Amino acid sequence: MLAIAFYILAAVTVVSGALVITARNPVHSVLFLILAFFSAAGLFVLMGAEFLAMLLVVVYVGAVAVLFLFVVMMLDVDFTKLRQGFANYLPIGMVVGILLLIELIMISSAVAQRGAAAGQSPQVYDAEMSNIEAIGRVLYTDYVYVFQAAGLVLLVAMIGAIVLTLQHRTYVKRQDIHTQVTRRRKDAVAIVKVKTGEGIKE
Amino acid sequence: MTDANFWAGPWGWTIITIGQALAVIVGVMVSLAFLLWGDRKVWAGVQMRKGPNVVGPFGLMQSFADFFKFVLKEVIIPAGADKPVFLIAPLLTFVLAFMSWAVIPFAPGWVVSNINVGILYLFAISSLGVYGIIMGGWASNSKYPFLGGLRSAAQMVSYEVSLGFIIITVVLLAGSMNLSDIVNKQAGGFWNWNFLGGGGLLGLGIIKLPVMFGMMVMFYISALAETNRPPFDLPEAESELVAGYQVEYSSTPYLLFMIGEYANIVLMCAMITILFFGGWQSPIPMDSIIAPGTLAYTLISLGWFIVKVVFWFIMFAIAKAIVPRYRYDQLMRLGWKVFLPLSLVAVVIIAAYQVFGGNFA
Repeated sequence: MLAIAFYILAAVTVVSGALVITARNPVHSVLFLILAFFSAAGLFVLMGAEFLAMLLVVVYVGAVAVLFLFVVMMLDVDFTKLRQGFANYLPIGMVVGILLLIELIMISSAVAQRGAAAGQSPQVYDAEMSNIEAIGRVLYTDYVYVFQAAGLVLLVAMIGAIVLTLQHRTYVKRQDIHTQVTRRRKDAVAIVKVKTGEGIKE
Repeated sequence: MTDANFWAGPWGWTIITIGQALAVIVGVMVSLAFLLWGDRKVWAGVQMRKGPNVVGPFGLMQSFADFFKFVLKEVIIPAGADKPVFLIAPLLTFVLAFMSWAVIPFAPGWVVSNINVGILYLFAISSLGVYGIIMGGWASNSKYPFLGGLRSAAQMVSYEVSLGFIIITVVLLAGSMNLSDIVNKQAGGFWNWNFLGGGGLLGLGIIKLPVMFGMMVMFYISALAETNRPPFDLPEAESELVAGYQVEYSSTPYLLFMIGEYANIVLMCAMITILFFGGWQSPIPMDSIIAPGTLAYTLISLGWFIVKVVFWFIMFAIAKAIVPRYRYDQLMRLGWKVFLPLSLVAVVIIAAYQVFGGNFA
């Protein structure tokens, strides 16, 4: 049962991963990427890491990929133009691809020889402990400083993005809810007795 | 092989689980038909109309008549549409809306899948709901649906953030992400329900009362925004976008979108019930009258759950009838500048109470 589920999920992950780069339409690529994320989350569940699986779905599928899709849909991608530079970028792309492939092979061989796949499961504090407790215990005790530093890096990245895109446009009229709500009748309305034939002077 | 062994084995387990899932889906579908009728009746009542009253007694069969009307019509697919995505979008909405019901505990022990990360699962599935809308909007290859899809994507992503923080306050109070545990924690009368702070209000604990009540109100408003209900129905604002992402849909695909939308609304009602209104717990403890664990106790608990869900559904229906639509920038302001900071502060207060509160009690 478990094996069937694994092979189905793994096959879907690999096939949709391949379709991400071969699909002609960029929106289809993003949709296949989402499918790949989702089946990877399924693989996490099979490994008993349900918390990580849910986080993968919430963060990557639910937020990051939505923004991907958002941007790709808005872009007007011209395919003929995109293909023109293909030959120029091919050598660099090949180098990066080969490097990534070597790294992946090194990592997977290390996992196969000394990691979980070789039967040496990672340190388990308590068999009864749930996923969330185990991750929380490690993150907030052993790695608390690294964890906080990662948070700081993200904060810097966020502030950088805001600084780059924020512009104060003075000519745009904005709604200020507070002034609207606190405005009273006497601030806005004045009853004036108008004499006939004279009107109101400014 | 005896019968008992068979039901405990993998095949028996599969059959039982599929049966339970089917029971839940059919139950939800049938109740949806009547809730939809109730929604229209409430709406009509506010506007001093009669609402559907022709088909069946009191018009009760109206939803079934509508169902057959939708199914029997022709499916029209626009010439320029991306056909596979166009058809997958409503299916996705429909399937995701029903996937979430797997972890909802209807009564003590009545849950298809009692997983430890239940609340996170609900949150994850509901965050996927945006894809049905955005795919439908894009695949229609038409301007209004596209604008509607983009709007709804931005809106749902924005409100998910504050929804997540509100859920965290409840998780902090319960100390568990399992939905059944969250409900069990609220046992013993309505004063222990989370919308009043989850019990233990003596002394410093009183601080939880206003915070959690505010969280309930914010969850209700965020749920309206998350399900694209009025006053936040900007993705389908008929005065601006005709009908948003649904413009090009007709017949059964449209029906799937609509059922998915209403299933999500009822799911949100169930979530408010579980998180803030004690789930299946009775408002006054009934353990002394009926022994827990008996079938009668379970059925009465189920009754309480249904009553609460219907109450919240009526709240949703009334909001649709009496509140005017928000403008888009106001919607974003509410989500990012009001709800997000408030819910963050609430998380800090509740977490601080859970850690340090015992020292002062």
